[in-house]
Amino acid sequence: MRNTWTIFQKEITSYFNSPIAYGLMAFFALISGYFFYVYVAIFVQRGMESQMMGRPQPMDVNEWVVRPVLMNISVIGLFLIPMITMRLFAEEKRSGTIELLVTSPIHDLEIILGKWFAALVLYAAILGLSALNLAMLFMYGKPDWRPLVVGYLGLLLQGGCLLAIGTFISTTSKNQIIAGTGTFAIALLLWVLDWVSSYGTEAWAKVVGYLSVVAHFEPFSKGVIDSKDVVFFVSMIFLGLFLTARSLESLRWRS
Amino acid sequence: MIKVEGLTKRYARTTAVDNISFEVQKGQIVGFLGPNGAGKTTTMRCLTCFMPPSSGSASVAGFDVLEHPMEVKKRIGYLPETPPLYPDMEVSEYLTFVGRLKGLSGNELTRRVGEVSERCAVADVSKKLIGKLSKGYRQRVGLAQAIIHNPDVLILDEPTSGLDPKQINETRDLIRGLAGDHTIILSTHILPEVEQICERVIIIAKGKVVATDTVHNLTNRLRGVEAVAVEVEPRSGALDAGAVQSRLEQVSGVSRVILKDSRDGRHLFEAESLQGKTIRGDLARSVVESGWNLYELRPVALSLEEVFLSLTSTDTAEPSGAVAE
Repeated sequence: MRNTWTIFQKEITSYFNSPIAYGLMAFFALISGYFFYVYVAIFVQRGMESQMMGRPQPMDVNEWVVRPVLMNISVIGLFLIPMITMRLFAEEKRSGTIELLVTSPIHDLEIILGKWFAALVLYAAILGLSALNLAMLFMYGKPDWRPLVVGYLGLLLQGGCLLAIGTFISTTSKNQIIAGTGTFAIALLLWVLDWVSSYGTEAWAKVVGYLSVVAHFEPFSKGVIDSKDVVFFVSMIFLGLFLTARSLESLRWRS
Repeated sequence: MIKVEGLTKRYARTTAVDNISFEVQKGQIVGFLGPNGAGKTTTMRCLTCFMPPSSGSASVAGFDVLEHPMEVKKRIGYLPETPPLYPDMEVSEYLTFVGRLKGLSGNELTRRVGEVSERCAVADVSKKLIGKLSKGYRQRVGLAQAIIHNPDVLILDEPTSGLDPKQINETRDLIRGLAGDHTIILSTHILPEVEQICERVIIIAKGKVVATDTVHNLTNRLRGVEAVAVEVEPRSGALDAGAVQSRLEQVSGVSRVILKDSRDGRHLFEAESLQGKTIRGDLARSVVESGWNLYELRPVALSLEEVFLSLTSTDTAEPSGAVAE
């Protein structure tokens, strides 16, 4: 535990000592801010239209702003995560510092968890920026806060899952760019799998569709916690971290 | 302190280390000597639990590397060939981090960071980013990192590679200074280093141990052979180096003569004696009797280098006899 904390601290410091964290935050603030603006603008326009029609209908901020914004953030996450995880192990392998970690009296799992938590915390900090936008909704309206909390829980679960996969891919290469590209490819694949299944109803399409991270996130964005989705994300996290542990171990047998 | 028995490490296609065995006593400095690719690093990596051996066993302070890796790791300080440094950390920050990894905490950690910084002469750069340090400083930070938890055993993989001569001397002094408290294994392909620092040498070539002995004994093997540098000026200028060389070769007890240099009508040769012969007197007489000027006659120390070369370059590695023919 103590060792995990040591590694965690080191990783977090390293993220914030380099431009990575700030660059990602700026990138995310820009894109998510843009989407927030767009959906609020649509919401306002619709609201005005419905009033001009003379039949004002109650419009739900959660349905019109919060949900689509969360869905977009979930997709932006796919692009951010490779940039967060690519250096985790690839950099240590390239610079040889992996030898220090592996020959220190700590367990592999402690190294992996420390790194993964650090990545998760950075990801959470980045997501936090979008919460600032959404918080503004409370200044002008009364959105339901519960779906929002559930949405962020979903984002963290989805992030944790992709970060675990990214961590694993980072152990397979000395080259950060390769690790990043590989993670991006997988993240993208896990996203678009959803599209495949929407065309077919056969068993295989369902299986393939089940692997789509975005499809599993969707209920969260509506404020629904389905145990099926939670189980999916948690087991993907376990799978990712398990593969990382195996890969780290195999490093020793092969290198 | 360290016991290696029948250690073998095979990679996919090659055998990097082939059935080597040796022991190191507490407090010794042992040089691990061999050409590049001989298996030094692999052996060290097996000892530090970085990778498991394919077969055979290795133990440190009585703990087997496979069965009790944590106990072994606690007792080992390891400096890999490239020091494992994080360029974006400050020196003191880095040493604190490593100290924590090795299980130190609180006041003890702060104290040890201070101590090793002093000892490795990096205290003056403790607030600098490692990425901005010179190579010599980095190497010393690497050493500081290895000794932070005061380990019983220090394993140093080519600790002086890539340094300039001054830095090499500083690093060697530092290592010698560490000798009392720690058992040290040090790998190198630089011979004088072993002669200067180590008490015992393990010579390894192509994954096999070809000789294990004290530095003293190994150089003694060459005692019987004398090498002499002879500088001759043939007074009759027409005489070329070849003629002088063949004359020197006829001196009794000389095994071979090599022309080293020719300049200003003078020729510098190196003559080696047969086992157990002294040749300096005969060489001098022979030169003078031929009517040439003898400019210089000086014994050349046959260093470990010769032992090393003869041991490692012959395919049929023959630990003892292959030296003096």
